[in-house]
Amino acid sequence: MIVSPQTHRFTEPLQLQSGVMLPAYELMYETYGTLNAQRSNAVLICHALNASHHVAGVHADAQGHVIPRSEGWWDNMIGPGKPLDTNRFFVIGVNNLGSCFGSTGPTHLNPATDEPWGADFPVVTVEDWVNAQARLLDVLGIQQLAAVMGGSLGGMQTLSWTLQYPERVRHAVVVASAPNLTAENIAFNEVARRAIVTDPDFHAGYYLRHDAIPKRGLRIARMIGHITYLSDDVMNDKFGRHLKPLAAQVASAAMQAVDEDDVSTDAAAGRAYQYTTQGVEFQIESYLRHQGDKFAEYFDANTYLLITRALDYFDPARPHGGNLSLALAAAKASFLVVSFTTDWRFSPARSREIVRGLLQNRRDVSYAEIDAPHGHDAFLLDDPRYLQAVRAYFDHKVSI
Amino acid sequence: MSDNALIDSIARLVPTGSRVLDLGCGTGEMLAYLVRHRQCTGYGVEIDDTKVHACLQRGVNVLQLNLEDGLSVFEDKSFDVVLQIDTLQHLRNAQTMLLETARVGRIGVVAFPNFAHWPNRLSVLQGRMPVTKRLPYEWYDTPNIRVGTFADFEVLARRNGLRVEQSFGMHEGQEVTFMPNLMASTAVFRFTR
Repeated sequence: MIVSPQTHRFTEPLQLQSGVMLPAYELMYETYGTLNAQRSNAVLICHALNASHHVAGVHADAQGHVIPRSEGWWDNMIGPGKPLDTNRFFVIGVNNLGSCFGSTGPTHLNPATDEPWGADFPVVTVEDWVNAQARLLDVLGIQQLAAVMGGSLGGMQTLSWTLQYPERVRHAVVVASAPNLTAENIAFNEVARRAIVTDPDFHAGYYLRHDAIPKRGLRIARMIGHITYLSDDVMNDKFGRHLKPLAAQVASAAMQAVDEDDVSTDAAAGRAYQYTTQGVEFQIESYLRHQGDKFAEYFDANTYLLITRALDYFDPARPHGGNLSLALAAAKASFLVVSFTTDWRFSPARSREIVRGLLQNRRDVSYAEIDAPHGHDAFLLDDPRYLQAVRAYFDHKVSI
Repeated sequence: MSDNALIDSIARLVPTGSRVLDLGCGTGEMLAYLVRHRQCTGYGVEIDDTKVHACLQRGVNVLQLNLEDGLSVFEDKSFDVVLQIDTLQHLRNAQTMLLETARVGRIGVVAFPNFAHWPNRLSVLQGRMPVTKRLPYEWYDTPNIRVGTFADFEVLARRNGLRVEQSFGMHEGQEVTFMPNLMASTAVFRFTR
């Protein structure tokens, strides 16, 4: 499935929750499948921290050749014949405001100054994103969604959709999410933000004007994030206490090894500690540094600050004195809630809070607690129990 | 156990239009029946992945929870009827669950294998644990860890202040009202607090 993104420019200002007015903005989005004549088969996908509108399918270059490794971030879930089947549903992926993947964000020009927005980009919330997404649906001529679906922060947007636009959502699929962040969760976000903000290249958020990028901060932010998305067991299985092979060992082992996959482990097996405090000794260190380096190449620092803040602020129970049940009274949708037993960043207990609130309001809800080993990342992975649960829900519960 | 006769008989204990919680709902057959034929709404609770999937395929609401963790997710008297069909005998905290059932629902309905059914008695008299169509497991691999009889449940209910409104046995698709403790392989109780 070759797909290409589209952009819509909105000229009517958007009132943000902070009180700020965003004068004009663009949203980048992709669609998969065909909107039926009744316009009743649309499913909106909400993305998490570092994802985008590119949910499924692949991109092609100007000559029409498929770009390698260009699969969308939820390509295992969404597409023809997949759990969310685009032969039946019209699926929309949309990039959120403040992101760095095409929709208006801090790297874009501020019309008031003709400089990149940088730190002046207004703080956006989950509710603001949902309002912007609703306007995109207006443009697409979709009055009511068959379903909204998202994982993690995307699950928060999904939940918020059912509260902000209850009449426009028939089903909500909330995966690996929470009704708000715990103190520990906000703490992780704050460490990441401090890493970015205290990078000398950050320049108070105006780094683009200084031709700089706070890559050190971004790397560390990504490293800490990444740790929290995995489980202890998975990390141990994958890396254990394995040492990173020395360059010379890799070279000599590569000459002898038949199976190249064994090179790194062969080379490091039994090697002595280097007794270094700053060099890379363990494989997990090497892996995290690599993840950090990759991330710092493509992700915008201000976007990281904005999106983690949106996570922190989300708390639909707050206007109801912390009573989630009262907050969820507005919802009319039917729900599928999914959590993963080893997810400690968005633990099953948090998903059960959502379930409980929905039960108190007598809403239709099903809840799958998947005993997957992969921690928070499981929501992006191929656990068959998880994919089958979503497939069964869309096949047998979501009518069009 | 999900034969049609048992489903029919139990469904008759559930008032039309009830809000139902089915603890240990299996593949959701009972709940789907109540939704279709008795205009009920509600949820099943199930722990097994395959059965949860079957419920989703039936389109009934299912919650993947471990009953051994209790029913804290449910409010007092939030259901008209709470069902425990072939569930009680699998639970370590069977008595607690019975009380939780009475807390969460206005009416409780329990069905479980009656170990005092005469072929079981005969088997034990011969010195062996029963293996029957209703109790197909060997003693060493049975999931039935709470082994009780029709008469035992009457005592347990009374001791916990539960009022048995209706009770009967089931055997071979027939309701058994004459000496159910001896004559029925399944015990069925409807109770309130």
